[in-house]
Amino acid sequence: MSEITWIILASAVLTYLTRCGGHLVLSRFSRIHPRVEAGLNAVPTAVLTALVAPAAYTAGPAEALALVAAGLIGLRGGMMSVFFGGAAVLIAGRHFFG
Amino acid sequence: MSVETSYASDDGSEFWAGARLGLPIIVAVAPFAALFGALAIQNGFTEFQVVLMSATVFAGASQMVGLELFGQTIAPWLVVFSIFAVNFRHILYSAAVGRRMGGWTAWQKAVGFFFLVDPQYAESERRGESGRSVGFAWYLGMALPVYVFWVFNSWLGARFGALIPDPHALGIDFLLPIYFLGLVVGFRKRPLWLPVVLISAVVSIVAYTVIGSPWHISVGALAGVVLAAAMPPSPQARADYDDPPPDQSGQGV
Repeated sequence: MSEITWIILASAVLTYLTRCGGHLVLSRFSRIHPRVEAGLNAVPTAVLTALVAPAAYTAGPAEALALVAAGLIGLRGGMMSVFFGGAAVLIAGRHFFG
Repeated sequence: MSVETSYASDDGSEFWAGARLGLPIIVAVAPFAALFGALAIQNGFTEFQVVLMSATVFAGASQMVGLELFGQTIAPWLVVFSIFAVNFRHILYSAAVGRRMGGWTAWQKAVGFFFLVDPQYAESERRGESGRSVGFAWYLGMALPVYVFWVFNSWLGARFGALIPDPHALGIDFLLPIYFLGLVVGFRKRPLWLPVVLISAVVSIVAYTVIGSPWHISVGALAGVVLAAAMPPSPQARADYDDPPPDQSGQGV
């Protein structure tokens, strides 16, 4: 099997573990410490920010404009409008800036 | 047992009640399923691998994160670890929803947890909080159609994504950062959101220039998580810890 297939299968197993693990592990404790819970709550925001920030930092003008537009749209609209709005600005920007 | 018999006759209507909740979710995630398929093909996946990932991982954002990293030369375990990190929030969903699976058998729980995606969690909590029971039939009624369409639409995206003539002009290679930013902005109501975003952004950029890719992801993310854990807990969280809400399951695992 190729490397991609192995990565997919390993990710599938670990993802399933996160989905039953909370019940199996955390339910043994009647309480989760607020600091642990705050840390767990911050994980998705922190991971996704760490993915976006360097991409924004190294981006060209078209890409930077698209991110600014997507961020602003996100304050008002849903995921769908963010996505298509950002993509539209990106396509227009690449048309003008090359 | 009388409970068992009344149970069986309700299962059908419970299933369809769940399925109705799944419908808007199917529509909302369809473009992202198709996008995943199309981007995966551009990143060297086969159609089989697209379907395999959607069918076994079944977690939109993390599948996209995986794609972003496949495009670079990164050690396989780091790709797996990044996907795991994005899905780590499910630990909290699992602990919360597990309390509502009172009458479920161990097998039903094992199957149910596989489908515990964000909207499934949200609707289960909503149903539980309104005082209705979160039954297995209702739960699967919502989960199965969402799952089937997620896998099918990924495959559709893979099939047609291979036909895209000029990915750069259409911005295909930069759609993922836009998507991730949309998710980050969507989280903005969470406690400590702004401090977490700021520190993760600054630290990941510094790590990117100093240490290099892909370590900026782990280092930047860790900075945000540590900051969130180090800040003083909110009075509400403090109170819940000192006086925990009752467990509805009435049994252990």
